Amino acid sequence: MKHSTFLLFTLPSLSVMFLFIAIPIVSVFIQSLHIEHKQVIIVSENCDPFGCETTTSVDTEASAKLKEKAPLGKFNGFKTYSNRMHFAFDEIGEAWNSSDSFIVFVKKIYNYPLYRALSFTLTYTFVVTPFVLFLGFLVALGVNNLPKLLKGPTIFASLLPMIVTPLVGSLILFWMVDGDGVIGATLQKIFNDNSLSLKASPVLTWVMLMVYGIWHLMPFSFIVFYAGLQTVPHETIEAATIDGASKFQRTRHVVIPHLMPLAIFITLILLMDNFRVFEPIISFRAEAHATSISWLIWNHLRESAYPLYNAAGATSMITIFFVGILLLPVLIRTWRDFNEKNKG
Amino acid sequence: MNTKIENKLTPVRIIAFVFVALWLIVAMFPFIWTLWGSFKVQADFFSKADWANAIFGFHTEKQTGNFFTIDGYYGSWIEEEFWRAVINTSIVVFFTVLISLIFGTLGGYALARSTYRYAFWILMAGLIFRAMPHMTLVSGYLQPFFAWNVWGILPTTIIVLVAINQPFTLWMLHSFFLNIPKDLDESAMCDGCNRFQAFRYVIIPIMWPGVITTGLFSFLLAYNDFTVTSMLLSDENETMIPAIASFLGTVQEEGKVMYAVAAVVSATAPLFFLVMFFQRQIVSGLTAGAVKG
Repeated sequence: MKHSTFLLFTLPSLSVMFLFIAIPIVSVFIQSLHIEHKQVIIVSENCDPFGCETTTSVDTEASAKLKEKAPLGKFNGFKTYSNRMHFAFDEIGEAWNSSDSFIVFVKKIYNYPLYRALSFTLTYTFVVTPFVLFLGFLVALGVNNLPKLLKGPTIFASLLPMIVTPLVGSLILFWMVDGDGVIGATLQKIFNDNSLSLKASPVLTWVMLMVYGIWHLMPFSFIVFYAGLQTVPHETIEAATIDGASKFQRTRHVVIPHLMPLAIFITLILLMDNFRVFEPIISFRAEAHATSISWLIWNHLRESAYPLYNAAGATSMITIFFVGILLLPVLIRTWRDFNEKNKG
Repeated sequence: MNTKIENKLTPVRIIAFVFVALWLIVAMFPFIWTLWGSFKVQADFFSKADWANAIFGFHTEKQTGNFFTIDGYYGSWIEEEFWRAVINTSIVVFFTVLISLIFGTLGGYALARSTYRYAFWILMAGLIFRAMPHMTLVSGYLQPFFAWNVWGILPTTIIVLVAINQPFTLWMLHSFFLNIPKDLDESAMCDGCNRFQAFRYVIIPIMWPGVITTGLFSFLLAYNDFTVTSMLLSDENETMIPAIASFLGTVQEEGKVMYAVAAVVSATAPLFFLVMFFQRQIVSGLTAGAVKG
């Protein structure tokens, strides 16, 4: 295909991606280096017969002028990255010096928002992903053993948790585990403890969010594995059976190696999706015990009267950095494959 | 392989059967429960005393005279004006899917037919863009959108959703077009067509299965989005998902949780039918990228 034709075909697609994905990433970076202007304060002294008092007022005109001159705010360098909302280097140094044991130190660090969000996001990603892979594989094996008539309805029912809007799906679960909901109330009865609440305990909140994550994403790995199972070569299975391999051995030594490339694909997608976990935290109102990086950015933009663009920008850049680390192995592999293909 | 041995009930088969049955209960029960409960009053759906209330509607009968009530739906759709959100969602979803597919088919076709190295790089960039958490992008939009005074309106959200959707659409259509033999359009070009005519007369008539599958996923992305719509739309232009989220704040306090439950069921219903009618396409779409590695 000629370069000019290629450009014409891809221009609309490339330009929206450039304008709304590439440029925002750069602008977020610039945003993170600046800080809002301080209001210009006028201190004036009023003297009357009873004495003098100083009053301070905001000079709106001067503030507006300052903003017009530099709409991004004051240049702040990387200070936003190191403040206590983010990496909190100073505070960590102090915590290290003042803590007598490592556990105390970790507990202190956990109080800072970024570390708190990172610890949940990473735990969530690395717990949900293997569970989804493993359980999805088991269900796929199970469905593969079902009579043909039942397969269609089973796949239909399995798709629902994945297709449903994350915010809505997690709300549905949240209402059920609520103290008055069907699961919550039943648990209270079983343990005979009326104050038992999944929401009040940090550990249970984490577990609840991860159970939701597994419920939501398992259909994806199930469907992909199920499709993969249909392509396992019969001859190899038969040969293994003739050689005396049991069902388990056949699965272990024939089926699983055949599905390995699929497992890598699923892992990649799951890592990307789990890392941006956000909606369930809103639905479960879990922010007191569990926050994710995406939630943190949302909070910077949403909670205070003025959006904290610099904080949101810095958190976003840190997020992108972590996404890069997650993707690096895949990118290197693809690059190697591509080069080999070109040589051969 | 339909021999007798294959169909015998072995212990492994029974375990597999039980396991699948368990998963089905876990997958389906929340939906059935919430659908049924949305026609009850709050005292039944959130019944501490006895979960059977939610099934038989003990309080619902006491309060409304019937064990079945549509108060929740009336309250959310009419009183809280959920219908506005439904209209906004329809507009956003329709145009997002339409524009995504137009841009995506053109780009995906070119990427599948180009033999140059930059096609690979564009796909790699797409993969990286696909991995960007949407929230990081949204935090970059706000300042410029406020400055240009385009914040809060539907077209802005549509174009942002199209852009966020592009990497996935490109990848999917690219792998779909790779499956259409090159010879088809190349023979048309031998007969004197140029690239655009070949695309118009040879590729467009046969591309619909792939386009429909991709369109389904664009639909899901636009329909399910909360991050972009909640940050970029003003209150009167709100779509369904952020509307449900804001219900939680206002409605919960007034003891009208059932409004939110009814809204949740209303938002899930279209997805239910989507899966019912397009199950095959969704499955093939999920596996399209995967099976090829």
